[in-house]
Order: sequence, then C-alpha cells, then structure tokens
Amino acid sequence: MKPAPFVRHVPRTLQQALAMLSQLAGQDGRILAGGQSLVPIMAFRLAKPAHLIDINEIAGLDRLDSDGTALTIGARVRHAAFHGPAVDNPLAALLSYVARHIAHYPIRMRGTFCGSLAHADPASEWCLTAATLGATMIAKSQRGEREIAAADFFEGIMSTALAEDELLAEVRLPLLAADAKFGFNEFSRRAGDFAMASSLVTYRVADGKISEARIGVGGAESSPRRIEEAESALNGQPPGDPAFRAAALAASDAVDPLEDHQTNAEYRRDLVRAVVRRALEHSLT
Amino acid sequence: MNAPTKGSHGDALKWVGRAIRRLEDPALVTGQGHFTADLAATHWVRFVRSPNAAGTIGNIKAPDGALVITAADLKAVKKITPMLHKFEYKAVGQPILAEDVVRFVGEAVAAVVASSEEEAEDIADLVELNIDASMPLVDSRDALANGAPQIHIEAPGNVIVKGTVKTPGFDGVWASAAKVVKIDARSHRQNATPMEARAAHAAYDRTNGRVTLTCTTQMPHLMRTAIADLLGMRESDLRVIAPDVGGGFGQKMSLCSEYVLLVWLARKLKSTVAWTEDRRENLIASFHSRDQYVTLEGAFDKDAKLLALRADVVSNVGAYSCFPTTCGVEPLMAMAEMPGPYDVRHYQCLARGVLTNTCTMAAYRGVSRPIITFTIERLMDKAAKAFALDPVDIRRRNLIDKFPYTSATGLVYDEATYKETLDMAVHEIGVPAFRARQKEARARGRYLGIGFATFSERTGYGSPAFAARGMAITPGWETVHVSVDPSGYVEARIGSSPHGQGLRTTLAQIIADELGIPPDLIKVIHGDTDTAPYGWGTFASRSLVISGGATLIAARKVRAKLVKIASHMLEAAENDIVLEGGHAKVAGTDRTVSIASMAREIYTQAHRFKGELEPGLNESGTYDPPGTFSNACHVAIVDLDPDTGFVKVERYLVAEDAGRIINPMIADGQVHGGVAQGIGNALLEEIVYDGDGGILTANLADYMPPTAHEMPNIELHHIETPSTQSITKAKGLGEGGTIGAPAAVLNAINDALTPFNVEIDIIPATPQRIRAVLREAEQAKKKIA
Amino acid sequence: MTEKTALTLSINGHAHAINVEARRTLADAIREDCGQTGTHIGCEHGICGACTVIVNGEPVRSCLMFAVQAEGKKIRTVEGLADGDTLHVMQQAFMDHHGLQCGFCTPGFLMLAVGVLEREPNISDDDLLDVLSSNLCRCTGYQNIIKAVRAAAEQMRGK
Repeated sequence: MKPAPFVRHVPRTLQQALAMLSQLAGQDGRILAGGQSLVPIMAFRLAKPAHLIDINEIAGLDRLDSDGTALTIGARVRHAAFHGPAVDNPLAALLSYVARHIAHYPIRMRGTFCGSLAHADPASEWCLTAATLGATMIAKSQRGEREIAAADFFEGIMSTALAEDELLAEVRLPLLAADAKFGFNEFSRRAGDFAMASSLVTYRVADGKISEARIGVGGAESSPRRIEEAESALNGQPPGDPAFRAAALAASDAVDPLEDHQTNAEYRRDLVRAVVRRALEHSLT
Repeated sequence: MNAPTKGSHGDALKWVGRAIRRLEDPALVTGQGHFTADLAATHWVRFVRSPNAAGTIGNIKAPDGALVITAADLKAVKKITPMLHKFEYKAVGQPILAEDVVRFVGEAVAAVVASSEEEAEDIADLVELNIDASMPLVDSRDALANGAPQIHIEAPGNVIVKGTVKTPGFDGVWASAAKVVKIDARSHRQNATPMEARAAHAAYDRTNGRVTLTCTTQMPHLMRTAIADLLGMRESDLRVIAPDVGGGFGQKMSLCSEYVLLVWLARKLKSTVAWTEDRRENLIASFHSRDQYVTLEGAFDKDAKLLALRADVVSNVGAYSCFPTTCGVEPLMAMAEMPGPYDVRHYQCLARGVLTNTCTMAAYRGVSRPIITFTIERLMDKAAKAFALDPVDIRRRNLIDKFPYTSATGLVYDEATYKETLDMAVHEIGVPAFRARQKEARARGRYLGIGFATFSERTGYGSPAFAARGMAITPGWETVHVSVDPSGYVEARIGSSPHGQGLRTTLAQIIADELGIPPDLIKVIHGDTDTAPYGWGTFASRSLVISGGATLIAARKVRAKLVKIASHMLEAAENDIVLEGGHAKVAGTDRTVSIASMAREIYTQAHRFKGELEPGLNESGTYDPPGTFSNACHVAIVDLDPDTGFVKVERYLVAEDAGRIINPMIADGQVHGGVAQGIGNALLEEIVYDGDGGILTANLADYMPPTAHEMPNIELHHIETPSTQSITKAKGLGEGGTIGAPAAVLNAINDALTPFNVEIDIIPATPQRIRAVLREAEQAKKKIA
Repeated sequence: MTEKTALTLSINGHAHAINVEARRTLADAIREDCGQTGTHIGCEHGICGACTVIVNGEPVRSCLMFAVQAEGKKIRTVEGLADGDTLHVMQQAFMDHHGLQCGFCTPGFLMLAVGVLEREPNISDDDLLDVLSSNLCRCTGYQNIIKAVRAAAEQMRGK
C-alpha cells in the first residue's frame, strides 16, 4: 500500500500554482492540499496522479475572514480552524459544531475545508454545509476566475463543476442572521466514520413561526442538497415536534437514496428521516 | 516496583496476587520495542494476489528483468497439508503460491522481489495474471448444495470435516420433552485484526547456511518444524524468532504460506528478504473466522429443565485448511462445547466444515465459543419466554453445580462457580432498578434492554485434549528452564510466546515467590527457537496455566537446590532454611547468605559440593495438565434506537472466576480487551463478500473494530476458585471476554426489542439488520390496522 | 524508481539528512530512512492512528503526509517523549494504569494524547473521549487507556 510514483511541484504563489495546474492537469496532475482524502486513495492505488501540485506553501491561501456578509475560507484553511469561533456571527457556532463531527482530531489538523468540497464525497460534512447555506465557490485558473453556486457545484459522487485546470481557491459562506437557529445531526456506526446520512438545518422564527428554513441532507444521495419539500413543510409552522416530524418525513420521501452493500434504499430513507428530525430537535437546544 | 505486601490470599510477602506494573512496558512506551517490520532488508517481497475467487491460472507474464516467483519455481516445496485422523477429515493441500487454479480472492499467485517495498509494488502492478474465472462458491450453504462445483477433489460435496455425536437414548428423551425451543443463528465472517498485520524477515547466514526467520507468530517452534518439513531442510538450519508481536488473537497462530516463501527465497538468494503485510492484504488474505450457521434446539421438561440439545453446525472454512489445528477447529469446538455451562445429559450434533472460495478460516480468540455461547444463551432466553420465566431463573435451573461434572460430550468440568457468578452479576447490576428504568424509558420512546450470558471457558488444556481431536500435530505441554547465573540473576526460558499477555511479569511473580527475590530481578526469555526450549507458543488461554505450571515446577527445583546449597554453606538443616529478600536465612538466627553468593559458589566452587550437588543452577520443568474451566457471567445493558437501529452498550458487567489470579491488573486487562472484541463481534465487525467472491470490506473504514467511543466502561467482579487441575491454581482467561460479549449484547438487544415482538439472531446485529426486523414489525402492525 | 529529493527532517531535535522519493510517506521516512522505528504503521490509510506523530505541535497521521512536506518542521515521535531517563507523565500513566498490552498502538496513542493535551490542556472528558476514538487499539478495550490519559491530563494541568 505505497503510493505510485509522482512528481511533486511546490508553487509559492497562487499564480505559479495556476500555471502549473494549467500545464499539468492534462498530464494527470492534481492539487495536494491537506491530503487526508487523497493520500489514502493513493495508498490503495485507486488514484495514481503523475503530478501533485502541493499548495501548502502558498501564503495567501490561508485567509479566513468576513466582510460582514460572508465568511471567506481560503484553500489552505484546515478543519481545525473551526474548532474555535471563526467569525463573530452565529455561523461560527454552526461551523464549530459541524467541524467536530469530521473524522478525527488528527485528520482535522491537516484536512482542508476547500479540499473537502473539491473532493465532493457525498458524506462530507463541509459539502453538506456548503450546499445547505448556499456557499459560493471561487474557482481560479489561468483563464480567469469564476463564481459557482453550491447548487451548481456538486455534480455527483466525487464529481464537481470544477474544470481540471481550476483550483477551488476560496469558498464564501454567507453569514447567518443574528437570530438564526441551526441544528445538525449525522448517523455513523462508529465515532468519526463517514456519515451514512446527515442533515444541517437553519431557520429563523418570526411571530412564533418558522421562516427562511434551509434543510440540507448529506450522505444519502450522490451529492448533498437542500430538500425543498422538507423546507416547505417547515416554513410557516411553529417550531416543535409536529412540524419537525412532517419535515423529516418529507425529506425521506424526497431523496433518491444511494445504496451500497450495507444500506438499501429503505434503510437510507429511515436514516434521513431520523437525522433531519434530530437536526431540527438540535436546533432547539 | 512496590515492596511486597500481604497477598490477596493472606500469605505474607507474596508477589502472586498483586497488581504490579508490567516488566514489558518500559521498552514499549518509549518506542524501544522490537517488531518484525523494524528490521532492514536487502530484498522486499510483494505478493501478486488473485483478483478472482475461482478460476484456472493461464499465463503469468512478468515485466522484463523482474524477479517474479511463481508455483513453477516451487516444485520441490511441499504443500501445506494439515491432518486430522478423525471426523472424516479430508486432507487437502495448499500450495505456497497458487498452482493451476485460484481458490479465493487474495490468494498469492506470484511473489515479486525488488529492492524496496515501493518498487516491488510497482512491479507487482505490472505482472499480468491471466485467470480463466469461474463461478465461485461464497456461502457455505451454496457449497453444500447438490451439484455444487468441487473446490478440492479430495473433499466430495465440499465437506472437509464432519463430526457427529448422539448420546444413547437420545430419541426417547427428545420425544418426552414438554417443550422444544429452536434458534437459527447466523454468525457472519470476521477478521481478528491485530493492530500489527503480519510480517516476516528471513536472513541467510553465509557462514553456516542457516536462515533466521523473524516473523509475527504465536508459535515460533512449530513454525520452525513446519517450514523445515515443507522445504526439506534440517530444523537446526532454521531459527525462528517471534520478537515483540503486535497482537495475534489466533490469526498469528497458523502457518502462513508467505513465511514459507520468505525462507525459501532467503536460501535461494543467499540474502535477506522481508515482507510486511499491508492492511488490505490482512483483511482479504490473512485468516478469517466465525462464518457459521448454527441451528440449535433444546428439549425441556415441564419445569424448564433442559433434557436434550440437538445442533447442526455449518462452518464455512474457506479455501484451505489451516495448520496446525486444521479447519476442524471451529466446527469441532462447536460440537464439543455446545452444551456450555448447562447440565444436559442428552445431545445430538452434526458439525460440518465446508470448503468455499473464500479466505481460509483459522482460530480467532474464543474459537466458535462466541458463536455457540450466543446461540445457546439466546436459546435460554427464548425458552424463558416460552415458559414465562425470568431469564435468570431458567439459567439457575439448568447451570451445573456439582463437580467434577462430566458433560454429554465427555468433557470433565472442574470446580467452578456458574451459579455464584450469575447471582453476583444479578446483584451488582441491580435488575429491579433496571426494569423500572426500562419501563420509564419505554414510555418516552426509548428502548433499553438487559442481557445475560453465562458460560464456561475451557482453558489450559494439555496434549490429551488435542489428541482427542485426532490432530496429527498434538500440542499441549510446555517446558520452562529456570536458571540462576553466577551473579545471582535469574532467567526463565519458556516455550510459550506471549505477545501482549504480560507473561514476562506474571511468570516472574511466580518465580519471585519461590525464590524470595523481587520480579524485576527475573528475566523471562521467549520467542527465539535458539534460546527458548521447544514449546507450543501462546494461544487457547493456555500460557499462564501451562507455562506457569512448568515455571513453578522448575522454580521449585531451583528453590530446593538453593536450600541445599544454603544448608551446606550455613551449616544448618534444610528444614531451617527460608528464602526471602534475596537471601537464604537460618530461621531464628541472623545467619544469612545471598542468592548471588550461593550461585557463585555452586558454579565456581563446585568441588565443595562434590558428591552432593551437581555444579550450576539450572532446572527444567515440564507441565501437561488436563485442562481447567474458567467461568463467567456477563451482563450488557443496551440503549436501542428504533429509528436508526443503532445500539449503544450503556453498561457492561462481568462476574468472572478464573481461579487464582496471579496479577489482577493484567487479568482485568485481558477481560477488557476480550469484551471489546466481543462487542465488535456483536455489533460492528463483518467481512462482506459480494456474489463474485470479492471483499467489500477491505479497509478499516468498512471493516470496523470498535473505537473508544463504542466501548462502555466494564465493571469487573471476581470470584477466585482455586483450580485443582492447575498447580498454580490459576485458570486461563484470555478468551472469556470475547466468548461472553456477543451473547450478552444480543440478549440485551432482544430484550429491548420485546415491545415490538421481533427478534434478531444474527451477529453482528448491525443497525441495518435491526431496522429490517423493526420494519417488519411496523409493516405487520400496519396490516393488522 | 523516480527521482529522489535530498532533505533534512528534524525529529526530536535531531537533524536527519535523507534522500527520498516524493511518494515516501512521513511514516516510512521516520522509520526506514531515519531509523526511528518507535512510530508504527498499522493501516496506511489514516484510520488506525498507530503512526500518529506531532508535527509543529499538531498531532497528525504520518501515513497521510509525505516526507517532503515535513522539511523544516519540528517532528516529535515517541522516542523523544521521555526526558533522559525520566518518562513523560503520559508514558508513566500508561504503565501505571495498564494502558497497553502488545504495545503496537501505544506510540500512536501517546503522541495523540500528548499532542492534544499540549494544545488543549483543559479539554473536557467528553471531548477527550472523542479524541481517543481517533486511534484503534485491539488489546485493551480502551478503558485503561482512557484512565491513563485522564490521569496524565490532571498531572499535565498541574505542572
């Protein structure tokens, strides 16, 4: 289980990185950020990139700051950066809570937020977060820069809208309203394992009724996404068990469940119902 | 090290019975352990493994210039052919590298030799295997079906071993039963998963033509014997070393074809060759276990007294038979020990080992007993339900309480505490309080359950027990050499081969009490066939009993000689000599002589003892006991989430009797680790094959040993019933934790499921499987509505 | 064989000049090229944690980093934990509480626990349990590892 040979390239600037990527992408070149997903698949030789462009030495890619409307997360920002409050906004508590469910502590020391998104594992907590909150992805290449909405970014299991010469340089997460509530829940058989289903919810309450509900589901379909049917079931209702159950049921009915050797469609729906309800219950704590 | 205090048995100044820190630890916590993979080598081996579960090997094409070994190079090497002389066993041979056909995914077909692991793997990727694949048999029931392809020509119908038993008068008793209760139990396949995968390093010595094989093994001497046999070499030309070994649990007990190849290569290349198994190989191609279907019926009289048991055991043994135990190890263990701790006079059993196109089965901690205990303990709970009795009550009615007890299969149970440990567990867990909590939780939609498991654990059995199985290789006894060198330093050389069990410490404690010196002045040497006496290694909860017994015998001889030397040097009667604090003393006087002085004297002034004592201070002890039964009652309390099927083990309690405890800290550690593996067996761990014989769980994300998070705190309670069948009075306890846990957890899960009126008799009881039975219940309810 | 890079790894304060391929993992480099075999390899895919070392103060899986990425960083392994003959309180606690049996996973657990406690000395018991679920042990059932780490954490806080 030793990786196949590759050539490592170490750009010092983003421009160098993009130039290298433009040159090497067609020769089986890939970005190496935290490596916590890529290196294991290289160890199994399921991936044998000929070139790795190691972006860990690029100074500007570690920005983690807010302009008052969104939190900008650079390509080198590690999961552990969210252990504590990353921004003076309710979003910080959400990110901190979610981060603690990502794999294990030593993995969070190295793995990056943007790397998770670019890797696009359906079970990824950050992909769920980006999809639920409506993140904007900033893709950069020598050809220029473009913004990709989260809803357009995830294209399937480990597949994104990034072109092969594009680097996911930054992600912008919109800040939450000061009174926003959030809840998160995921199901895995062991601590730190990939979620077999997960849900992130946010909403506001006005006049005792839920508004602006966002209900995201991860791990259940080929990509995480917001479930409109569940959100409709929630909006306009008072927070509480009847609405939560209705939303959970709507979500489990709406998903097109992934199946694997241990999880058939029925079971995945069971899990979706459970994690959505629990994420909603968590929002009240 | 703490000074000796009163031991737990009331003797003054005893080391036995005390929780002293382990002598093994200082090296291990500082990174100074010596593990096989730490050794440097000139050549590295990578195995090219079959991607197909069944098929005919055609051309194997190696890249130009690469050194690639195939079966064609090994014509002179014998096949691994373990043998049983009973139970209709069919001898089948395993070639060192697959020859003509492949029989499971992961079977080694070729070996690449290169100058680094990376390079060897690069070349292995380029080796072209042309295999004409055929449909494999993965499930044992398919292999038993009429007309199934035959995996080995020697084993018609794919049955390689078949044990049957039926006690006289069985049918009449069966017919007289008031109730018959039945269970169809399924245990899925598991992998022992030691944290150190296998590794081997073979070094050729050009000065004398010897090879030193350093490898991860639990039985170094037998590896020497077996490999020398297969390669047609003298045993004296092979030295086998088991250095620090990173866990074994049975997986490192069997002979690996890979190790044979390493020795062959070292001789061929006259060089140093190494192989370190990677985790994927370990999961697909190291030994598997526990893949069984067990049907068990119990016939009870009207008072819920068990009259007779009828069992059918189908054990999927994989593609080959393991050496030395043979693949009879699982089905025959199941047959012999199915009745467990219960008094039942009539028994019928059919136990078959069935060949399939899957990885070879071998011993794994507990060997079948985790499965049969789970089966019979589930049966007792089902019977309790059928008789409207409490699960504890039905056990009390049936547990053995007169000793010695001869079982329906002829096993002799020595004194044990089946009922006492049950009572202790019931008391300590607080059943009434739990039932109240359970009721209250159900009202809130939470489902708690409690499960009991009572069982016997046969340990420390010697050669007659193995001979009874008809094993061509009959392990059992152990020899220990205890010596005092001229400086007074004590060494014990043992044939056992501990790898985490703390035997260097516990044996030192035994010697310390005999010789009156502290354990840290005693060095226990093991795991090197050049320096340790021939022995059988460490497995089957045997080492503390058998090696411990041999140690005691040898230490007593040394003690006797020291007393004679002291008597001579101090001019006192032997009866007046006491050994303590590193000295011999004349009782009631201040006359003393140190052990170091006595040792120096008997080596360097031997003439003074001429005609009375032999020079030197080296004694040997050999011990071959009949076996002794430990016992325990485990209790699990689980919290079952009906929405997801998730089970959390909330509380876990063990009431254990393993005879005299030599070191309580180490004993408790064995139980903790065993329970963790048992909980893994019960809830998490499963090797999953697809229909083509490919493995879907070839990494540690998909094959799931428990983490700290999944483990409850384990509450331990002890009874110490000194064994009459073991001269140290100790019984073994290495496997009990693993044996009891699946049963306790499954009973607890089923207790939690009671309100839904469904049951689950599958291990592991995964959330998916639990949800599946709950969904059935939901659908049934809908239908009725 | 691809091109090798000459680099220097700083392990426990000692400089090791080595020559490795880019694909050499830090775990392999520490063991094979620097001869520090106390760091063990259990899975090579980041699940078991046996290879955990501390890099620039962060506990990381050394099988998921390449050696070339560790140049210029301060690497600490189990061999550097004791101060001469004085064991680190974590090592002593593992011995006192029987937190090891075969000892194979032990270096990884020691470096994980020390690495996290140095960063978060006041970590809660629950969070500590989460941290310890990062690594696998097959012998101990974890109970005594948890006990040992909690005891050592108390002592480390007291210092």
